[in-house]
Amino acid sequence: MHDVQPEPIAAAIPKPRGRAIVITSGKGGVGKTTTTANIGAALARTGASVVLVDADVGLRNLDIVMGLEARVRHHVLDVLESRASLDDALVTDKRVSSLRLLAAAQTREKDDVDTQAMHDLVNTLRERFDYVLIDCPAGIEMGFQNAIVGADEAIVVCTPEVSAVRDADRVVGLLGNREKIWLVVNRLRPALVRKGKMLSVDDVNAILRLPLLGVIADEPGVIVSTNKGEPLALDDANPTGAAYRAIAGRIAGTDTSAPVIPTEPSAMQRLGAFFGGSAR
Amino acid sequence: MIDFFKKIFKPEGSSTTARERLRLVLLSDHLSLAPDVVESLKLDLIAVISKYVEVDEAACDVTFERQDSAIAMLANIPILAMKTRPPSPPPAPSAPPPAPEPPPSFGTPATAKVAEEPAAAKPPSAPRRKRRRRRPAVAASLGSAAPAPG
Repeated sequence: MHDVQPEPIAAAIPKPRGRAIVITSGKGGVGKTTTTANIGAALARTGASVVLVDADVGLRNLDIVMGLEARVRHHVLDVLESRASLDDALVTDKRVSSLRLLAAAQTREKDDVDTQAMHDLVNTLRERFDYVLIDCPAGIEMGFQNAIVGADEAIVVCTPEVSAVRDADRVVGLLGNREKIWLVVNRLRPALVRKGKMLSVDDVNAILRLPLLGVIADEPGVIVSTNKGEPLALDDANPTGAAYRAIAGRIAGTDTSAPVIPTEPSAMQRLGAFFGGSAR
Repeated sequence: MIDFFKKIFKPEGSSTTARERLRLVLLSDHLSLAPDVVESLKLDLIAVISKYVEVDEAACDVTFERQDSAIAMLANIPILAMKTRPPSPPPAPSAPPPAPEPPPSFGTPATAKVAEEPAAAKPPSAPRRKRRRRRPAVAASLGSAAPAPG
């Protein structure tokens, strides 16, 4: 289940097909790519083999968030159009050996992708990996259709904003009958929720009514991590990283605890952090 | 303790506004995404009203209009003639057939507010008001409720 998947050794014990999960939102800029990178890193850290597919053709970003932009030689359209083999196009992560990235084409357009070929590609990847995570582009047009075609599970990322919830609601309708559709509430600001200036997780999910996979706070660490290209999920000391790891655990079924809604750090914790003590 | 007092005296945050806007925008989204539901609602309405009066089915029009704090259903159902009084079953005391003067042969539009469960404490302006509009005789297409641009 680790690293490179060799030829099937024993045909008698075929590897169970991996799970294909699309990360989508409808609205742009809510954190799909960051969520994909972190969930992927967190799943791979537990030893599962994971491939991240950037389906945002024309606006490649997942490689940047993963810090792998310098290693990308071929992209998903090279594979779909047989200019490169799948193995040549898969980029191995710097930190976690069981994590791979299949980058999007930067100089092409979403309509260039053949939906059936994309479906076949996801199926091929599912033969080789435990998890195929597909980073969906914003919108609900062709790029969206291509991203969701091979996935039988979906994670809807939504921020506590009217526009994001509305778009998420639309996307849930378009996803139709999937095996599972989860919700990740991203960029929550507990202090604003307390002051009644931001929709709460309950407000969001009163509309969407999806199983809640996790809640990610809007905190500087997320920005710092994308600056560096290092997913927070690999940072043991970071509480947001822990939240991503918990999400991964819930996807894998190893974590059955209810998601923790981030709260404001207490005065004591702030004091502790000020004096260098790490509040987890 | 301080929090407690803050909670009592704090002005209502904008999240209330956000919740209310979200509720309305989704309601209108869902209505426009479910033309079959609207169509079947229209047919049912016509069927019920036809029990009492003769309506011009071809000119019937049911639309939804976005207002500030609610979504209103506008049913424009032109009435052609009064029906001969139905062979009424022993009338339930609560529901006498609405049989005023035979109306003239042009439509009297009925406007009804769609009642929704109050998701949150509504502002005091919420109490249901019956709104009645004067409309031209022919069922005018009202133009569907235009949701705010995404």
